[in-house]
Amino acid sequence: MNCVTRGVFQRELALAFRQKAELMQPLMFLLMVVTLFPLGVGPGPDTLQRIGPGVIWIAAILSSLMGMERLFRDDFQDGSLEQLQLSGIPLYMIALVKVFSHWLVTFFPLLFLSPLLALFLNLTLDMYLALIATLVLGTPLLSLVGAIAVGLTIGLQRGSVLLALLLIPVFIPLLIFATSAVDAAALQLPYRSQIAIIGAMLLLALAAAPSAIAYSLKVSQS
Amino acid sequence: MWKWMHPYAKPERAYTLCETLLPWCWIVALVCMVVGSVWGLAFAPQDYQQGDSFRIIYIHVPSAMLSMSTYVAMAIAALVGMVWQWRTAYMAMIAMAPVGAVMTLIALFTGAAWGKPMWGTWWVWDARLTSELILLFLYLGVIALYGAFEDKLQAGKAAGVMSLVGVVNVPIIHYSVEWWNTLHQGSTITKFDKPSMAVEMLWPLLINIIGFACFIAAVTLMRMKNEIVRREIHRPWVQGLVGKEEGSSHAV
Repeated sequence: MNCVTRGVFQRELALAFRQKAELMQPLMFLLMVVTLFPLGVGPGPDTLQRIGPGVIWIAAILSSLMGMERLFRDDFQDGSLEQLQLSGIPLYMIALVKVFSHWLVTFFPLLFLSPLLALFLNLTLDMYLALIATLVLGTPLLSLVGAIAVGLTIGLQRGSVLLALLLIPVFIPLLIFATSAVDAAALQLPYRSQIAIIGAMLLLALAAAPSAIAYSLKVSQS
Repeated sequence: MWKWMHPYAKPERAYTLCETLLPWCWIVALVCMVVGSVWGLAFAPQDYQQGDSFRIIYIHVPSAMLSMSTYVAMAIAALVGMVWQWRTAYMAMIAMAPVGAVMTLIALFTGAAWGKPMWGTWWVWDARLTSELILLFLYLGVIALYGAFEDKLQAGKAAGVMSLVGVVNVPIIHYSVEWWNTLHQGSTITKFDKPSMAVEMLWPLLINIIGFACFIAAVTLMRMKNEIVRREIHRPWVQGLVGKEEGSSHAV
C-alpha cells in the first residue's frame, strides 16, 4: 500500500470520526427497527427467537441503505473525488479503500451492538455465533455491492429512494443464506455450507465490484 | 472477425436494420401466436389430471421463459455497449427493458390465475414464483434508474451497469430461493411434479414460444426505432425521414 492510498484511508477515517452524529445514526436506526418487532409481533420468547435472525439482518440491510450515500456523496459534491482520480492511483483502488473504511465505520460497530440485539431477540449462544459469522462475512458484501449503486446514483438529485429500489433485490440472496445459517444453528445443524456460500459471494464481489464502482463513478462524472 | 457488426453502431444503419427486420418479426410472431394459441387452447388434448386449466401454460411458459432470456439479452446489449462504446446498444437495452418487465408480469399473473384452481391459492412462496417476482423488481430497478437521468447516454450506461449486476445475481437468486424454499417448507407442491409432456401438447407450446420470442423482438424493434428517432431528431437523416413521411401523407 503506497502512501497516497494510506492517505486516502486516513482521510476517510478522519472525516468519518469528525461527524460522529452521522456515524451513530444508522446504528440507532437499526436498534430502533429491531425494537419495533417485539412490539409489533408480540413479546413471546419463542416467536422472537424464530424471527430474530431475519429481523437483525433486515434491520442491518435497511440501516446500511440509510448511510450508504455517505460513501461518495460529499467527495463527489465538493470535487475531491476528481482530485483523487488525478492523484495517479487507480480509481478501483480508491474505491476499495473507501469501501473498506465505510465498512469499518458503519458495520464494524454493529458487531459490538450485536450482543444486545441477540439479547433482545432471545437468541441462543449457537445462534449468536452463527450470526456473528454471517455478519462478519456478509456486511462487507453490503458495502461492496452497495457502492456500485451509490456510484450510479450519486449524480442524481433525489437518489436515495432509487438506491434502495436498486439494492434491495440484489441483497436478497445474502439475506436468505445468512438467516438460514442462523436457523440451522438454532437446530444444532451444521451451517458451514451457508457460511461458505456467503464467503464465495464476498470473494466474487471483492474481485468484480471495485472495477464496477470505478466504472459507475466515471459514468456519473461524465 | 466482428467487423461486419460495426456499421450498426451508427444509428442510421441500425434504424434501417430495424426497418428491414420488423415486418418479418411481425409476420412470424402473428402466425406462430395465432396457430400456437388456437391449437393449444382449442385443439390440444385435455390433461388427465388438470383438465382444461393446464392450457394456461401456452401463455405462461413462453412468457416466463422469455422474461428470463430478455433480461440476459438486455445484459448482453449493455456489455456490448460498454465494450465497443455503442450508443445503439444502450438504446436496444432500454428498448427491451419494459417489454421484459411486462413478460414477467404476464408470467406472474398467469401463474397466479393457474394457482388458484390448482393449489387453491393465488400465491405461494414457491421458488420459481419468488425468483420471477425478484426478476420483476430487477427490471423495475433498471427502468427507474434509466428514467432518473436527464442525459440519456449517461442513463444508458448507468442502467447497463445495473443490468449486469442483476444478471450476475439472477442465478444466485434462483438457487438461493430454491434452497430457501426447500429449507422452510418441505413438500407443499409435490403434485407440481409433472410428467413429460405428450407430443400433441408440446407442439403448440413450442410454436407459441417462437411466436412470443418474435413478438418481443418486434416490439423491441419498434421501441428502438422510436428511441433512435427521438435521440437523433436534429440529424439531417431523421429530418429527411420526417419530410418523406409528410410528403407521402400529403399525396394521399
